[in-house]
Amino acid sequence: MGTQSDVVIAEHLTVGYTRQKPVWQDANFSVSRGEFVAVIGPNGAGKTTMFRLLLGLQQPISGTIKVFGEKPNRGNPRIGYVPQHHTIDNETNIECVELVRLAFSGNKWGFNLSSKEEKKIAFDTLASVGATELATKSLGSLSGGELQRVFLAEALVSSPEMLLLDEPLANLDIKRTKDLVGVINDVVTSRKVTAFLVAHDINPLIQFLDKVIYIANGKVATGTPEEVLTSKRLSALYGTRVEVLRDSRDNIVVVGAEDHHGD
Amino acid sequence: MFVPFTINLFADLQQIFQYQFMQHAFEAGTVVAIVAGIIGYLVVLRRSSFAAHALSEIGFAGAAGTVLLGINPVFGLLGFTTVGGIGVALLGKRATDRDIEIGSILAFALGLGVLFISLYSGYATEAYSILFGEILGISTGGVIITLAVSLIILAVAALVYRPLLFSSLDEEVAEAKGMNITLLGIIFMVLMAAAVSIAIQVVGVLLIFALMVTPAATAIRLSKKPIYAITISVLIALFATWVGLFISFYEPYPVSFFVVSIVFILYLVVRFIRPM
Repeated sequence: MGTQSDVVIAEHLTVGYTRQKPVWQDANFSVSRGEFVAVIGPNGAGKTTMFRLLLGLQQPISGTIKVFGEKPNRGNPRIGYVPQHHTIDNETNIECVELVRLAFSGNKWGFNLSSKEEKKIAFDTLASVGATELATKSLGSLSGGELQRVFLAEALVSSPEMLLLDEPLANLDIKRTKDLVGVINDVVTSRKVTAFLVAHDINPLIQFLDKVIYIANGKVATGTPEEVLTSKRLSALYGTRVEVLRDSRDNIVVVGAEDHHGD
Repeated sequence: MFVPFTINLFADLQQIFQYQFMQHAFEAGTVVAIVAGIIGYLVVLRRSSFAAHALSEIGFAGAAGTVLLGINPVFGLLGFTTVGGIGVALLGKRATDRDIEIGSILAFALGLGVLFISLYSGYATEAYSILFGEILGISTGGVIITLAVSLIILAVAALVYRPLLFSSLDEEVAEAKGMNITLLGIIFMVLMAAAVSIAIQVVGVLLIFALMVTPAATAIRLSKKPIYAITISVLIALFATWVGLFISFYEPYPVSFFVVSIVFILYLVVRFIRPM
């Protein structure tokens, strides 16, 4: 397993806080450059843990993970990250372009008050995610969907080769979800970045995905959406009988996974 | 001493600056206002105003203790607030989530301060000036200490400006980018501790909000650009300090009352015209 174009390779990967009670174990997968990957699974399954591992914020209990051919290293400039939780709230009265600018140069000492070049980079990045009109707006005044665009620009401003997006679609309505997924997919194809996106609902993403990492019941299943999202694969993953149903427009529903009362 | 107020402001200032204690008060007050205005912006951005207040009260014990030993209370303030600040920084990422721990420590520190001050013979006046500020009594040495501490604060703040601003705004991303969040948190708390210590000389332990929080909270409503907001915050703190000193030269009321009032009125007006 693993070829030249693979940017992430995981082998027999087990993670958690103690060896006795791992969050999930024995995961094997590889992701190639430019792939759009969804990380799916129930609450508390360890989806964010996957990101912490890729970011080098947490070490595996056993097995190996390689990102760009190396052990994950905290502060890797080749990775852009949008966390699920942010310090920013509706009282943060700072304009968006400042945040994007700081994401570009915030790790440098000293101050650089009026760098035209930095400002241009920040504006251009906002423009590339369709957020030009948000640049001078206050972070605290934005809607959920607008904020996610700014966070995407924040992650992209340092031109990363890989994006980790933790639940960017949470709390968005159907239209905004569709818009944002469209923007993310444009970024993935135009910049040839590899994107991992944590989501609860796979349906808005499914047509764009190259791969799915499905985490449940302490185990990890990976493959193309067609391979993973079958009754057989998911029943094996959950260790109980679940069914994958499809509607007339190819939306899928996993039945029996989160409700075990009928067992 | 009684000097009448005239309409000619220039003549009034000339009159005021003939007194050395007023010169010293303006010098120290100006430096403190600049520092408090800048650090205050970060205090508000990081939602650390409770920690600022707590450090101030922890400083009371330090100030009272050094008074008892016959040393300049600013050293006690610096020592206690710095240790307290590092402690708060190590307690948790966001100090606002730790209000019970911080509150318990500050109550203990205040109690300690009460003990120290009661052991001192000049009980009432000393306690009063620590709690409510006594800028008119600052000595030449006090001005020099204030200036030296301020220059160090400003130099460190300038050095860590961008990492501190970014980690205050988006801590999770800053951490993932490899920035040392814990160290930045400690640096911020130490900066705040030092700023609080010198600001206490002007407004006192109990009125620390007037210089460390309210001007910045007002400024944040007026500008979305950090550098403009910081500038406005400094200008408000300077305006309140200068006008407060000026009025108190003619009126027999405490400087800190005027400073607090001016800052509060500005805050109310801005809140009214710029509701967020």
